[in-house]
Amino acid sequence: MLIKELTDLNGVSGNEKEVRDFIKDKINNFCDTIKIDSIGNIIAYKKGINSKFKVMLSAHMDEVGFIVSGHTDKGFLKFKPVGGIDDRILPGKRVLVGKKRLCGVIGSKPIHQQEKDEREKISKVKNLYIDIGAESKDEAEKLAPLGEFISFDSEFIEFGKNSIKAKALDDRVGCAVLIEALKNSFEFDLYACFTVQEEVGLRGAQVAAYNVMPDVALVIEGTTCADVPNVEPYEYSTIQGNGAALTIMDRTCICDKELVQFLHDVAVKNNIKVQYKQTTSGGNDSGQIQRTGTGVKTASISVPCRYIHSPVSVMSRSDYESVERLTIAALNQMSKNKDFLKSLSKLTSGKEQLTK
Amino acid sequence: MQDILKKVTEAFGVSGDEEEIRAVITSEIKKYVDEINVDAMGNLIAVKKGKNKKIMFAAHMDEIGIIATFIDEKGFVRFSNIGGVSPFNSLAQRVRFKNGTIGSLNVEEKLEDKKALNIGKMYIDIGCKNKEETEKLVRIGDTANFVGDFFVQGDFAVSKAMDNRSGCAVLIELIKTLPKTDNEIYFVFTTQEEVGLRGAKTAAFGIMPDCAIAIDVTLAGDTPQSNNRDVKLGAGPAIKVKDNAYIAHPQIRRTLEDLASSNGIPYTLELLDMGGSDPGAIQTTGVGVPCGGISIPCRYVHTPAEMVSLEDLKNCVKLAGLFAKNYK
Amino acid sequence: MNIIKNLEYLSELIGVAGFEENAAEKVAELFKDYCDTVKVDKFFNVICLKKGYNKSAKKLMITAHIDEIGFLVNSIDEKGFLGITNVGGIDSKILLAQEVIIHGRQDIIGIIGATPPHLLKPEDVGKPIKIRDLRVDTGFEGVELKKVVSIGDTVSFKSKFSIMNDLKASGKSFDNRASVACLLEILRYLREVNHENDIILVASTQEETTVVGVTTASYAIRPDAAIVIDTSHGDIPDLSKDYSSTPGKGPEISIGPNLHPKMVTKFFELGRENGISFQKMVEAGDTGTEAWATQVSASGIPTALLSIPIRYMHTAVETVNIEDIKYTARLVAEFAKMNSEELVEVLCL
Repeated sequence: MLIKELTDLNGVSGNEKEVRDFIKDKINNFCDTIKIDSIGNIIAYKKGINSKFKVMLSAHMDEVGFIVSGHTDKGFLKFKPVGGIDDRILPGKRVLVGKKRLCGVIGSKPIHQQEKDEREKISKVKNLYIDIGAESKDEAEKLAPLGEFISFDSEFIEFGKNSIKAKALDDRVGCAVLIEALKNSFEFDLYACFTVQEEVGLRGAQVAAYNVMPDVALVIEGTTCADVPNVEPYEYSTIQGNGAALTIMDRTCICDKELVQFLHDVAVKNNIKVQYKQTTSGGNDSGQIQRTGTGVKTASISVPCRYIHSPVSVMSRSDYESVERLTIAALNQMSKNKDFLKSLSKLTSGKEQLTK
Repeated sequence: MQDILKKVTEAFGVSGDEEEIRAVITSEIKKYVDEINVDAMGNLIAVKKGKNKKIMFAAHMDEIGIIATFIDEKGFVRFSNIGGVSPFNSLAQRVRFKNGTIGSLNVEEKLEDKKALNIGKMYIDIGCKNKEETEKLVRIGDTANFVGDFFVQGDFAVSKAMDNRSGCAVLIELIKTLPKTDNEIYFVFTTQEEVGLRGAKTAAFGIMPDCAIAIDVTLAGDTPQSNNRDVKLGAGPAIKVKDNAYIAHPQIRRTLEDLASSNGIPYTLELLDMGGSDPGAIQTTGVGVPCGGISIPCRYVHTPAEMVSLEDLKNCVKLAGLFAKNYK
Repeated sequence: MNIIKNLEYLSELIGVAGFEENAAEKVAELFKDYCDTVKVDKFFNVICLKKGYNKSAKKLMITAHIDEIGFLVNSIDEKGFLGITNVGGIDSKILLAQEVIIHGRQDIIGIIGATPPHLLKPEDVGKPIKIRDLRVDTGFEGVELKKVVSIGDTVSFKSKFSIMNDLKASGKSFDNRASVACLLEILRYLREVNHENDIILVASTQEETTVVGVTTASYAIRPDAAIVIDTSHGDIPDLSKDYSSTPGKGPEISIGPNLHPKMVTKFFELGRENGISFQKMVEAGDTGTEAWATQVSASGIPTALLSIPIRYMHTAVETVNIEDIKYTARLVAEFAKMNSEELVEVLCL
């Protein structure tokens, strides 16, 4: 299954090569050109039947993880988190170090040996270490030099009725959708951008959008889903099983209202389950893309992911399917209904010439 | 000035939802400019054509507000802030949604420690019995501004959204009164400044001006136990030295100070250690745009009762006009 | 050209972020004999071009910011005390008992004294004072003072450049004047070198505030690659090893998502091949330097970051080991000597 293949790959921000090579291979037969830009984004171009408008699809290839930042005398690795990771989930987890995927564990002081106040405190990353079985500083340096990237060790599994657990659902789900979308043809020029370094600051998308200068952009993401015990309903953000999540506003972007309404209408028309994201927290590449050049009409379609940014992110298979279907249906509708794109871009170039 | 100020402060225009204020401004200025464009971020860009330098005046037309994020079974509306909305300044205020629905904003009663006051514990009551009734008036994603009627007492005008409709009023007056100059003057009413100087970025890219002047409010330092600031109401425009988003280009600032001194316009100097303004996004455009600011001294910024001096506004128009004419 | 003399001269230049006009002029003077063209742009970036022998070869940009942290005069009272506001990140704890220079119509000395400890309110004991509550004693009465000083004037740290133990120096603004001194050293190494690529040195501005200097300069220049030279934290007892490096052991070469991986490994290679000391530092995200801006400028610029270790950064007593300036300059010069084909190979991801 495509998502399994994608989430099994390791591509921590700044080290997306494995994911990039896999995707390049998968889309080779479906595009006119594939470019890799200076920061490592894939820009896959598919010429439209009637090339007047540029539509950009965006999904990021990178995942949160860690990077080796030091070695102790006894052969343990010191590390720094790459991207936003909750300190609390770290103790006692398995990781894979470097290209060779060396087995590592984030150690944790056995509870028997913890003082009373230690038991009540969360360990900060600065005080944690990874054990790869090395017995000296030299050995550790050889096996895992400074700057080596580290991913969570987490298998893709299907469980429960309809659930999938894997690392990096954020945003391999987006990559999967883009790969599927590229198999279709549209009236407009399509730029499917697989971006890098979203998790460390929405970096690749800036460069990709500058290189493309699209009229419209759809960002396909994994987003927060907090519909779990001990959370108030108004804090859920999205609800698992309620379908593709449309962002109205987050920390980086107020999505284009017309475009969001259009997406909602397409969903309803095609019987695709859809919901609105009900908090304004978080952010993704849409912020950077929206403010490129003279502005881009931008919206975001996301798969709700529980426990996002952890080795055990969970999504519902049906939500993923809703996102894939909605993305492609929206592109098809844009393709069919020439007036919609025209009306969006009328605002884009917006010339209201006045006569005195 | 008073009339136009009333008109623009009353209009609805929370960040991202600036349609109404944009229409109000368009109808005020369209007779006085050569061209009007609206870009993809909703910025209103008007131009008086000319041959020499390209000057961009920017005044943001969005105001802070809230966005409905959740409607509970009993019809209460949970919300998030749009821009810098202080929970303390919103408590027990009225809000008005775009469609005119008014709500009362309050906090969960069980929250006793006022120090822990935060938006997550607050909600809006529009007087409906249940979710269904509420949804007929307010849906998720609807935005609302704060209710704060406009009134004038002597030289002082008070209203919600003086930040930055007073800047818009200054720009509108400037458009109406500025005689032809050798320069090409862009008057940009920007969007989404309150959520991160967003509109200004794309507007500047489309224009690539030689310089830019932002007209925005700044905090006055003339109220009881206020922090140390030179800026006061009634002492003329505040010429920007710095804020958190940029340092005014020394040459632009010198030009403004010289023009003010040699034309009898009183002024103070603005050094803000909190808050930013549009030039933060404009100055890094392309190969760089030297920026400055003609700021409107304002008390109680980001509350529903912001206060400015009408005399200050008139002096801002004068100073901006002199700059437009003399900038080489 | 003596590094120590250059460092002293550069350290004492006044150029608070946003107000670098004078400093830029002086830096341009220093550079002009080593480059083909020197110009100062509208944000006072000093841009020096040293042409390569091949017109259609690559463009390499090497940048070091010239601005320093400082203050602006915020208020002047009748007793001649000034209120100040900071430009760039300054720890208020170092400001008590600090001497400063106020750059009005003339330079005058200011003293930031401390309220006598026995007069502190109980709630203020043990707490750092906020910068906005500090006052600078000028020794003048308000009326006299206002003839010389205005609100908005810049204020810099008063500092004494001194040599410690032969190889180390102490003074203000080694962040980032030590790197500017390094740019001069690089030009010295490259003087007689016939290099293929164009080398553009940018002594940039406003890094301590908004990074508008290098942001706009990169956009105008569109180099094929960029090397940023800044300073890093020299080790002291209370800093951990993966957040600091040792003065005297060469520049820190940064590793991580902000830096181009093959440029980084090329620097390691050049260091080893040429016997130049260097250290490594892993940065998991934003390096907090101009590299963060150059990497995503326009169509993106492959970027590397070399940092000269200094202790007590952003105080008036920053210290540096002169050898580190030399190591950094040699390494960058070796990189700049690469021909076009080699450079393209390095930059290809």
